[in-house]
Amino acid sequence: MLERIHNAQGLIDSACRKLGRQINIMEVCGTHTVAIFRNGIRSILPKTLKLLSGPGCPVCVTDQSYIDIVLQLADREDCLIATYGDMIRVPGEKGSLETRSAKANVKVVLSTEDALQLAKDNPGKTVVFVAVGFETTTPATAVVVKEAAEQAVENFYILAGHKLVVPAMCALVSEKNHNIDAFLCPGHVSAIIGYGAFAEVVDAFSRPCVVAGFEPVQIVEGLAEICRQLADGKAQLKSVYKAVVTETGNVSAQKAIAECFEPADGYWRGLGKIPKSTLRLKDKYSRFDAFKRFGLIETPSEDTTGCRCGEVLCGLIDPQQCGLFETKCTARTPIGPCMVSSEGACAAWYKYGRDKKT
Amino acid sequence: MCLAIPARIVELEGDVAVVDAMGNRFKAKTTLLPEAKLGDLALIHAGFAISLVDEEEARQTWQLIAEINEFQETRNKLSG
Repeated sequence: MLERIHNAQGLIDSACRKLGRQINIMEVCGTHTVAIFRNGIRSILPKTLKLLSGPGCPVCVTDQSYIDIVLQLADREDCLIATYGDMIRVPGEKGSLETRSAKANVKVVLSTEDALQLAKDNPGKTVVFVAVGFETTTPATAVVVKEAAEQAVENFYILAGHKLVVPAMCALVSEKNHNIDAFLCPGHVSAIIGYGAFAEVVDAFSRPCVVAGFEPVQIVEGLAEICRQLADGKAQLKSVYKAVVTETGNVSAQKAIAECFEPADGYWRGLGKIPKSTLRLKDKYSRFDAFKRFGLIETPSEDTTGCRCGEVLCGLIDPQQCGLFETKCTARTPIGPCMVSSEGACAAWYKYGRDKKT
Repeated sequence: MCLAIPARIVELEGDVAVVDAMGNRFKAKTTLLPEAKLGDLALIHAGFAISLVDEEEARQTWQLIAEINEFQETRNKLSG
């Protein structure tokens, strides 16, 4: 294992020497962000290779207006909110779900099945599932929406906030001032969509896209493959996570998504409105749509806290360049979602990277 | 949030499975992975199997998780 890491490190070093300039590789997965920090991977990379943490943490990219809508619903006596634990501490204009959980109408669930069961167990309440996450997470939501329809569960709704990774990557490299040379693509999102899904980023923007797993050796080998491509002046599509990721992905899961959802324009924190980047329920399942049930509309609001999570998510600044980082915004008193989420770039910098000026 | 962990399918009835990850058993569904069979190793995410995985990959991931747990415990002991 160490030998493989050394080999990959050697490839990275020689490719970077050949390039003779700074290169920036963006990871688009919160689990990669954490794994890179936890394993000290930055410390074995040449100074000219910079890793950027992109919009890969679902909590971090969720727009403030969505969070405020969830909090608004949590304040209703007739609602029960079912959410993955990741979302519970994200602050909105008026507190967080955590501050509501004392009132017992916010329940943390580990699975969408648990959310549906909550609706069955509480027929007198309207149960709203906070449906966030990328393509890894979306199929599980699709399965229970279909189940709810088949079983005619009347009091189950979802607040659809699922997002698509590829449109966000395209949006980032469409910006004039972007500094991204290549992408380290997410392993488990790719298990669903297949590595072929990144072809658009490679073909239209000439950026290498390499899918890697989460073990240190897989990450370093992924980075080595990217450096090799950049040094050779190439942009290719590749997976070094062959045990899990195929070119076509999980077709059953893709069908489940397509059965219930269709792409729509949507808001991302820091990236703004991106065409066809979020998923909304198809008309045949619209009776499960919490936005429609409660007449809610996402209207992006200006963040007035001084939080620079948006720029962090686009790879434009490192967390420590934000004036709030480590001063007002800490792991104990998070202001922005990138500090709240354990997979956020700011939280990872705070926990593992404060002494390293990478 | 997009992390999936490998687990072995130790019971399977229809699409309802019991899976075992490092000795921990829990319920998961195979709705999204209809080809999964009893005894298979699969990646489980939020209560659903999403992909088959081979023995080597599963073993490495379990080992990594064990190392992280050990690291966290040592870290907690040192700081606490």
